[in-house]
Amino acid sequence: MEPIRSFTSRVVLLPIENIDTDQIIPARFLKVTDKAGLGEALFSDWRYNEDGSQKADFVLNHPGSKGANVLFAGDNFGCGSSREHAPWALVGFGFQAVISTFFADIFRNNALKNGLLPVMVEPAVHQKLFADLRANPAAEVTVDLASQTLTLPDGGKVSFPIEPFAKHCLLNGVDQLGFLIGEEDAIQAYEASRPARVVTSQVA
Amino acid sequence: MSSPRTLFQKIWDSHLVRPETPETPAVLYIDLHLVHEVTSPQAFSELRQRGLKVRRPDQTIATMDHSTPTTPRGADGRIPVTDAQAAAQLGQLVRNCADFGVPLFELGDAKQGIVHVIGPEQGITQPGMTIVCGDSHTSTHGAFGALAFGIGTSEVGHVLATQCLLQSRPKTMEVRVDGTLRPGVTAKDIILAIIAKIGTGGGTGYVLEYTGSAIRSLSMEERMTICNMSIEGGARAGLVAPDEKTFEYLRGRPGAPAGAAWDRAVEQWRELSTDEGASYDTLVTLDADSLRPMITYGTNPGMGMPIDASVPDPADLSEESQKAGLQKALDYMGLQAGQPLLGNRVDVVFVGSCTNSRISDLRVAANAIRGRKVAPGVRMMVVPGSQVVKRQAEAEGLREIFEAAGAEWREAGCSMCIAMNGDQLSPGQYAVSTSNRNFEGRQGKGGRTFLASPLTAVASAIRGRVADARELVEKLPVTPGSPA
Repeated sequence: MEPIRSFTSRVVLLPIENIDTDQIIPARFLKVTDKAGLGEALFSDWRYNEDGSQKADFVLNHPGSKGANVLFAGDNFGCGSSREHAPWALVGFGFQAVISTFFADIFRNNALKNGLLPVMVEPAVHQKLFADLRANPAAEVTVDLASQTLTLPDGGKVSFPIEPFAKHCLLNGVDQLGFLIGEEDAIQAYEASRPARVVTSQVA
Repeated sequence: MSSPRTLFQKIWDSHLVRPETPETPAVLYIDLHLVHEVTSPQAFSELRQRGLKVRRPDQTIATMDHSTPTTPRGADGRIPVTDAQAAAQLGQLVRNCADFGVPLFELGDAKQGIVHVIGPEQGITQPGMTIVCGDSHTSTHGAFGALAFGIGTSEVGHVLATQCLLQSRPKTMEVRVDGTLRPGVTAKDIILAIIAKIGTGGGTGYVLEYTGSAIRSLSMEERMTICNMSIEGGARAGLVAPDEKTFEYLRGRPGAPAGAAWDRAVEQWRELSTDEGASYDTLVTLDADSLRPMITYGTNPGMGMPIDASVPDPADLSEESQKAGLQKALDYMGLQAGQPLLGNRVDVVFVGSCTNSRISDLRVAANAIRGRKVAPGVRMMVVPGSQVVKRQAEAEGLREIFEAAGAEWREAGCSMCIAMNGDQLSPGQYAVSTSNRNFEGRQGKGGRTFLASPLTAVASAIRGRVADARELVEKLPVTPGSPA
């Protein structure tokens, strides 16, 4: 994966709480065997009419959303299913970060595996950012992973938490599977210390 | 003398290949990896690209459930897959399992079924294990005192290749439920009440442990219903400490230890409870005595209420964002603030899903509908969780009871819980569903879901309107939750 650099972007405002992964990418799009094209289906049921035309009032279809890399969402973004198709679809559309007050655990893990930054901010910051962006939709924010800071439209900076290991991997393009494979000796030692709990071929 | 530990901590500690450090997460060993067609193809592709093998195919097992039709078998005994994309995805799983040596229960196989039904059924879900699957309802297996949680496809690849995951230690929440359930009130109502209390994000960052006299008195299958929906409160995993019921449920199942190995296993399993004096990070309590049947009115599982309550009013909420969220949900559901749900229109009743499709669920539903009819204009589907459950139900005569009542009896699968297999609501339809998610469009684009127990589902099917399960049990000698 490419190392993540600091970036500056306009923000797509979707101030809805508890946006679940079924909204981000409905289940009928999960019959794929690769990751291609999922950006087109992002927020499909909110974004498109029955005939496939775009709903003019949905924020992703506004001209100002084109090219934006940051999504602003309500509390508990990404709740529900474990489908990694959700971050694949967000990244496929062009998003590099989502700002919320908190993220569902599995979504957060999945996002970090795909270079999508879950930017978690305090409720007061979240509210002020929303008010500022609503007043000035063309305003930009800067997300800097190295310093873990979000620079707000008024120039103020707030920090956001990120797991040290995930940060290290994202900044340096380190591949987590490669890291685990590097633990082979420790895994073998663990396996040698105890027998397997089940043998699945026994039931098949 | 070691300090007292929670059940979670014991399982966590015993699976550390490498402990967590300030810079790196723990390397956690996984005992059992369950695989299905939807979240695995890209992970197998990753292995192929890197020239990797599945490290422990003997600790991995696959089934088909999400995109499989539940329509009746053809004359050749096969279940026809008419959706070309689904067929391609299922074919990919067959190839992946063959190439990598992973055991697979194919569509129509005598053991095929929903991934969270087959693990316990085959006896490969056991106390003290770590279990993962690319599916959020993996929390189901926690009913056995196993640390079980859903993962994404990247992590499916990690486990296939290394049998390990990189994990940070979650916090622990005790969810204590004391008291005795009233007739007509079930395990499903307990978990819907817990989620309504903590909210859909209230368990984020936590592993839940369900404790208390009401949990102890539940059967294993009822405990599975509870643990299944831990994720709907935001918790990746839910646990119930194993006890005699757990051991009896597992005894003699194909994957369970036998002979002397069984005795040794049970001895170890008896150690798997939270030590006296061990502390959780937080506590939530619920009183079973005062619990009424629960139903959801909104578009996430936290939007639940007692079935005889009125739909909440956004004006009563303090935060603007909460008001907007509730109003959006009511608009989608076509409901008014303050209205009752009892008596609301019902178009479809769905009994099934990894929450409520086991034999005891079907017994409860069949017992309640025996000798009665599904109301005109209502479609009722009963979808067993596995082929094993289906055969058992047929042997017990449950199929005849459902069909005589006018319900459809289907093949095993996720069916209308996920609506990616042909089983779905039409726009605007109302369903009373025993599944786990009422998100917008979850059961079909534009479809509207009321989550409830199998008893409430049956009561509503008979009335043709949202109905109170307690009406049924007053008239019928139904004991919710048979032993199983």
